Amino acid sequence: MSFSYRILPAGHLLAIEGLEPPHIGALLDLAESYALLNRSGKTQRDLLRGRTLINLFFEDSTRTRTSFELAGKRLGADVINMSVSTSSVNKGETLIDTATTLNAMHCDLLVVRHAQSGAPALLSQKVSASVINAGDGTHEHPTQALLDALTIRRRKGRLEGLTVAICGDVLHSRVARSNIHLLTAMNARVRVVGPPTLIPAEATRLGVEVFHDMKAGLAGADVVMMLRLQKERMTGGLVPSSREFFRFFGLDREKLGVAKPDAIVMHPGPMNRGIEIDSAIADDPERSVIGEQVEMGVACRMAVLDVLARDLRRNA
Amino acid sequence: MTDTLFVGARLLDPASGLDAVGDLLVRDGLILDHGNTLGRPDGAEAVDAAGLCLAPGLVDLRAAIGEPGAEHRETIASAAQAAAAGGITTLCVLPDTDPALDDPALVQFALRRGEATGSLTLLPYGAATKRCEGRELAEYGLLKEAGAIAFTDGRRAIGNARTMRLALSYARAFGSFIIQHPEEPSLAAGGAATEGELATRLGLPGIPPAAEAIMVARDIALARITRGHVHFAHVSTAAALDLIRAAKAEGLSVTCDTAPPYFDLNETAIGDWRTYAKLSPPLRPEADRLAVVAALKDGTIDAIASDHQPRDADDKRLPFAQAEAGGAGLATLLGVTLARVHGGDLGLLAALDLLTAKPATLLGLPVGRLAKGAPADLVLIDLERGWQVKDGQLPGKAQNSPFDGRALEGRVAGTWKAGRRVFG
Repeated sequence: MSFSYRILPAGHLLAIEGLEPPHIGALLDLAESYALLNRSGKTQRDLLRGRTLINLFFEDSTRTRTSFELAGKRLGADVINMSVSTSSVNKGETLIDTATTLNAMHCDLLVVRHAQSGAPALLSQKVSASVINAGDGTHEHPTQALLDALTIRRRKGRLEGLTVAICGDVLHSRVARSNIHLLTAMNARVRVVGPPTLIPAEATRLGVEVFHDMKAGLAGADVVMMLRLQKERMTGGLVPSSREFFRFFGLDREKLGVAKPDAIVMHPGPMNRGIEIDSAIADDPERSVIGEQVEMGVACRMAVLDVLARDLRRNA
Repeated sequence: MTDTLFVGARLLDPASGLDAVGDLLVRDGLILDHGNTLGRPDGAEAVDAAGLCLAPGLVDLRAAIGEPGAEHRETIASAAQAAAAGGITTLCVLPDTDPALDDPALVQFALRRGEATGSLTLLPYGAATKRCEGRELAEYGLLKEAGAIAFTDGRRAIGNARTMRLALSYARAFGSFIIQHPEEPSLAAGGAATEGELATRLGLPGIPPAAEAIMVARDIALARITRGHVHFAHVSTAAALDLIRAAKAEGLSVTCDTAPPYFDLNETAIGDWRTYAKLSPPLRPEADRLAVVAALKDGTIDAIASDHQPRDADDKRLPFAQAEAGGAGLATLLGVTLARVHGGDLGLLAALDLLTAKPATLLGLPVGRLAKGAPADLVLIDLERGWQVKDGQLPGKAQNSPFDGRALEGRVAGTWKAGRRVFG
């Protein structure tokens, strides 16, 4: 696949917000081709040969880091994992020091996860590498939104006109923010559903409808996207108890019953079974596409690395 | 159940504005009809109501009961006796009991105990925070399903602004609201009377009246950002009422009630260290009392509640600062409110509205009106009959009335719950 324009004009993937629908569509098309390639068992190890990809994770992650690692290796990059404990790095100054170190290593592609919103953007100003945001604080997680969109598109054939309900702790969710930006850009109808204590201020300004009742929010939905509820939300007083959360905001058969009969259920993982989602639904092959999300994750990250590497070649 | 026909009563229904002499027929616990042409169905029991007023049973928004945990002060059964004698047929009870009503099973317990009285609809509030400690939110969804009608920490102010913000926000998910005891705890701590000349002369630690206005101002600001509904209980100062009036004009979900002591008494009632007049919030100077009366007239205040707080002799027979705050209020709610009617401040229908339809509407209850098909919760009132409030002679267990010795005009002649006579 070749493109006559730069899909990620900034040379980084820091956020979904600001991407144009054609660019998103092109990324998804490319990811779809990688999904097919991965299933065929073939590889394309020459694409990133000689390139260095560093996974710089300031926050613990298993699946996202592994997914990027696999994506990089399938395209032939040299992949290095750097886990930096948050306790030793908690000052902006140190983040800049890290950038200086990475420049000295001649890193080409830098995948960053950080607990602070905006940290990858700050790094992108200081490093010569292309930066991919793998989740920053409560800001964005752009590759998650891409893999969610690809999963939906494969199941439903389109994004436009679909009703997607994003449920749970929207307030603290970078996954929700990236999905809201992507899905609204692609003309899906997005609802956010959760207790008012877990819905961010002025959420409607992002182009979504807000619901505090699950059945009202799920009525007629094509896609039900559950978010992870961190245990800290209970101790922090935003939710009184996990039993109350599950009763009113957890996804069970009864609540899912008001969505469209062919509605799919998604979750970015890791799941809290019995808190935000009933195991019977999480494991229901008719409804749950959680496994497919993981598969599409690798494909989407290959697409992003591919696109950014093209720009590297162009600049070289 | 046989029919009951009230004959020749002055029918008073604040919700519809009805004030006319007529008959009212009750069948199967419901109001079947009222008017002048009902006739008398066979077998109907007639109640001669000539010269008396028949109104909806009172809906009391706020009462503390000693049960569970302080049954020596008041039980649900003894409170039900006092309520029936006071014309109250719906009683909302506070959750800051021991244990606090912060678990669905405890809410169901209170409901069952209320049903067992047979004379009262007892509606429990759920705790706004676990153990009413003001820290972690209680389970509003589960509590509401169990029967909690709204959420409050009772006599305890929710002092932490973040907790109050979350409470207002979270209650919205369940279409409910938060009732605040509007008193900034750090300013009220240790106080026994309203700060001012009288407290100074009596040598009592004072609570600045601003403690109320500060909390009201804060919570109005929180209601604005959360779009939640805050209800202020027993509002007692001019400054707080001005803030509430402005918030209502702005269109915020802000409501409030007051209690009879705050429009009938002023701080001079605590003279000679009368501990029965030690209340929370404390009685105020006369200017504040007048402001409460004005706010009753102009609609700023949405309801009059008894704010019943039972105390026994041991709680009150102490030096003033050490005595417990709180006054019994069930038996005097109607009489003291009628004093404002006799005094010319309120019309009879307007006064009854604050005791019946308005609090019922606030809680979304189908009571508090003389409508066809509504529950036959009724009170028969002798407007002219005088009586004196006397310690030891009040119905129920609690005798700690701040109105002890007060002569009142207007007394309950009979109370009916779902068509059944429960008093008189």
